[in-house]
Amino acid sequence: MNKPMMKGATIAVMGLSTLAIAVAAQAEQTLNIVSWGGAYSMSQQKAYHEPWMEKSGDEIVNIDRSGNALAGLRAQNQAGNVTWDLVDMLPADALIACAEGLIEPLDHDELLAEAPDGTPPTEDFIDDSLTECFVPSIVYSNIVAFNTEMFPEDKQPSTIADVFDLENYPGKRTLLRKPINNLEWALVADGVAPEEVYDVLETEEGVQRAFAKLDTIKDQVIWWEEGAQPPQLLADEEVAFGSAYNGRIFNAMVTEDQPFEIIWDAQVFELDGWVVPTGKLDKVKDYLYFATDTQRLADQAKYISYGPARKSSSDMVSTHAETGIDMTPHMPTYPPNFETAIPKDDEFWADNNDELTQRFNAWLSQ
Amino acid sequence: MALPSYATTGERVWHYVFLTLCGLIFLFLIGPLLIIIPLSFNAEPYFTFSEAMLSFDPAGYSLRWYEDFFTSSAWLNAIKNSFIVGIASTLLATILGTIAALGLSSRFMPARGAIMALLISPMIVPLIISAAAMFFFFSKINLAQTYLGVILAHTVLGIPFVVITVTATLSSFDTTLIRAAHSLGANPTRTFFKVVLPLVTPGVVSGALFAFITSFDEVVVVLFIAGPEQRTMPIQMWSGIREQISPTILAVATLLVILSMLLLAILELLRRRGERLRGLTPG
Amino acid sequence: MSDSSTPPLTTADGVPLKVSLRRAVRRSKLKALLLVSPLLLFLGIAFVMPIFDMLWRSVDNPEVSTTLPRTVSALEDWDGESVPDEPVFAALVEDLQEGQKERNLGLLSSRLNYEKSGMRSAVSRTARRLRTLEPPYRETLIEINDAWGELDTWQLIQRESSPYTLSYYLAAMDRQFSPQGEIVKVPEYLQIHATLFWRTFWMSAVITLATLVLGYPIAFLLANLPLRQSNLLMILVLLPFWTSLLVRTTTWIAILQSQGVLNDVMVALGVIADEARWQLIHNKTGTIIAMTHILLPFMILPLYSVMKTIPPSYMRAARSLGGRPFLCFRRVYFPLTIPGIAAGGILVFILSIGYYITPALVGGQSGRFITNYIAYHMQTSLNWGLAAAIASILLLVVVVFYWIFNRLIGVDKVKLG
Repeated sequence: MNKPMMKGATIAVMGLSTLAIAVAAQAEQTLNIVSWGGAYSMSQQKAYHEPWMEKSGDEIVNIDRSGNALAGLRAQNQAGNVTWDLVDMLPADALIACAEGLIEPLDHDELLAEAPDGTPPTEDFIDDSLTECFVPSIVYSNIVAFNTEMFPEDKQPSTIADVFDLENYPGKRTLLRKPINNLEWALVADGVAPEEVYDVLETEEGVQRAFAKLDTIKDQVIWWEEGAQPPQLLADEEVAFGSAYNGRIFNAMVTEDQPFEIIWDAQVFELDGWVVPTGKLDKVKDYLYFATDTQRLADQAKYISYGPARKSSSDMVSTHAETGIDMTPHMPTYPPNFETAIPKDDEFWADNNDELTQRFNAWLSQ
Repeated sequence: MALPSYATTGERVWHYVFLTLCGLIFLFLIGPLLIIIPLSFNAEPYFTFSEAMLSFDPAGYSLRWYEDFFTSSAWLNAIKNSFIVGIASTLLATILGTIAALGLSSRFMPARGAIMALLISPMIVPLIISAAAMFFFFSKINLAQTYLGVILAHTVLGIPFVVITVTATLSSFDTTLIRAAHSLGANPTRTFFKVVLPLVTPGVVSGALFAFITSFDEVVVVLFIAGPEQRTMPIQMWSGIREQISPTILAVATLLVILSMLLLAILELLRRRGERLRGLTPG
Repeated sequence: MSDSSTPPLTTADGVPLKVSLRRAVRRSKLKALLLVSPLLLFLGIAFVMPIFDMLWRSVDNPEVSTTLPRTVSALEDWDGESVPDEPVFAALVEDLQEGQKERNLGLLSSRLNYEKSGMRSAVSRTARRLRTLEPPYRETLIEINDAWGELDTWQLIQRESSPYTLSYYLAAMDRQFSPQGEIVKVPEYLQIHATLFWRTFWMSAVITLATLVLGYPIAFLLANLPLRQSNLLMILVLLPFWTSLLVRTTTWIAILQSQGVLNDVMVALGVIADEARWQLIHNKTGTIIAMTHILLPFMILPLYSVMKTIPPSYMRAARSLGGRPFLCFRRVYFPLTIPGIAAGGILVFILSIGYYITPALVGGQSGRFITNYIAYHMQTSLNWGLAAAIASILLLVVVVFYWIFNRLIGVDKVKLG
């Protein structure tokens, strides 16, 4: 074997092995994706994860930790050992995480797919929904649902005030063990117009008024902490009313045939979406591009009743994948559902959550 | 506890009332553990007795929750993690603890009380405090969310048990036996393997068992310092209980009760063996 | 008689016996210490250092001093009487610009927001407008957010500018600094931690008492039965002791919940109506029942080991002297068991105040302990300084009881099973 040939062979071998390494890296990539679990993770699995795994060969691991995502990000960042690659979180948490440098600032027009008609992402996503480090994927809503079998047929509740009316609608209620949503609903039930809720809550009298209203049902409330609890409690008839994420109730209604109904009155809606932990952008870039395109967001609405965060996806929302029912009337953004909707005020809660939560906890332990 | 022959009627009555009371307290102690065993065979997804179960209808019973458990990758992975962490931390705690116990049982150990108090403190300090403290510190030194971090944390928690049991064994150890062995012509190595080791082993093994069960059952520290890869069985149970108790958890609980029965049996055998070797066989 | 008159005893090689003995003792001491040292080193790194790190974190206060260094030094000459002048505002803008670049304003705004609601948006709104700001800054900043025009904002920044703070300890005791820097109680509607400390202590006392009432007869029975029978019954005490804590908690959920075994039995027996099921869980009752069960073995074992040492002849002697049974028990037997009661009582109490899992799962709202709030601040509110302060206070209480325990009984007397 002469020298040049050796050299050629070496180069070829080196080239091949580099190629092999590249291919292996491509195929062996595992994405740790943090989300909310339950029916919601399932909808992501079907609409994003499965098509992506098929397309790219990546492995996706679901981690149900979004409830404590901010704490987890802080801890991992401190540890210098970030194991999460992509996190599903609320925009309010994303603001904090972004200000702390825990997550990557994103150039939305560069990183995200255009709409099919060429509209750039910054115009296609719901107005003001793209913040520095955050890409929304859905609009979801906090609602109160009830078990229709626990009330006579001619006397079914229909407004948020009914939830606070023990006389006409007796029974236990289950509410989220946080002040968020509960204070808003208490005020609306007490006669405040949905659009004025946060103005009233800014004042001490407003807060007192909200707590006073909550006082009237306090001993009938079971407080929940995990999203899976309210549908379970409603199904077991342990409670008559339960506050919940609308998708979970929808899921119990259509796939488990539970006799639930949603009170859309005074729904508190907000966005939910993706953030990228610092240092992970290169790893998840391709997935993020794929999972937030128009088709994928529209697909997700086949599995759960959350509205897509892209305008171009809204028109593509069709029918439920398993039962074939029309999804439109189950969406928070469906006009009849949306009349008295309250947009959650992230800034109000960013400022007041610490104090109101302590006050809420003190109120609970009285 | 026989009644003395001079007992009065009142004492007799009291005696039986007392025994009944004790019976009830034993029921309180053991009943809850036994009640979940039949519940875990419920064919329905409830955790109370169904009518079919009460009438002993075979259709009321099933193994479906056990099947759920043994076919769920999350549970199996959690078991694997629990064994990895449990075995590694037990080994570490037993080695460190036994060596330290040899020193502690020496007559010449300085500041014995203070050192003992320190070594036992991980058992006394509330777990949530240890967990928070380790979370802060391990995060700084890159041990949080790693197997090594969880193993080290569990080693800390297991050490008091090893130290207590091994020092107890060593303190009841009759040193004249060593001198006897020497005088009968055994060299130190032979003495160690033929006399010391057999007498000390039961203590070491039971300390190790305590350390293992401590790790195997530990939730709080893992909750704080483990990452998703180190999800152990107690964590899996914890999140299951918080969301909804599916009877799968009762199946797991039953398996764990059986495991603790086994460990207890081993411990009892060791104790008897230790007593026999030391010539303390109970009557 | 004097020492000099007798020659000192020597060993075979001529060294005085005293010296030789002392050497041997020193060698033995050293050997013992060497054996213990690996474990001490390990515990020092993996346990003691974390605890000290936590204590340090409960007073650590770097946010203001590191993020706003210019503002802090500009505030040094400030009289604290009115909103400061332009130089302070200019310094603030410069600090915020740098913080924006370094992306560490989040921690600052969280820190300030703990003390004064609204500071989070004051910082973030101002930061968002930084690029377009022109001097003079004072009016513009006050326009962007009212907080900059409020006196207590500046008093807060000045107060929290030192690298160490007592604020977390005050918050842990439902106290706070007033704008004037005095320690005052927080408004009643925000008081929670003191209530929880108090609840933790009294519920633990109830649990300790319950384990004593249930454990005493059992220990007495075990101590007075023939060894073969008592060994057998001892298994019934040890089995729960060896069973997973989560398993024991789970079974109490299965038994006590409103659709659970106990309520079902009571309804079936007609003791209670179906609609009037007992609420035994997710409240104080649930916590007390489950924790009494879980901690009972820790009471029985020390009681048993003390009772075991009381010779039965004492009671027989007292009886033969004519004492009535109850009197004999009270005057002779009971006093002898007090060390066991103390040991078991302190042990159960210490363990109880630190319990987290059981109150979290069966305690509902009213049956929660202070430990649940440590976890809450660690995981949900993310106020780690406050979590560390609460944990440090709890640790102090535990250490005091541990010290008493050690003085009274001695940790080396602890036996396991």
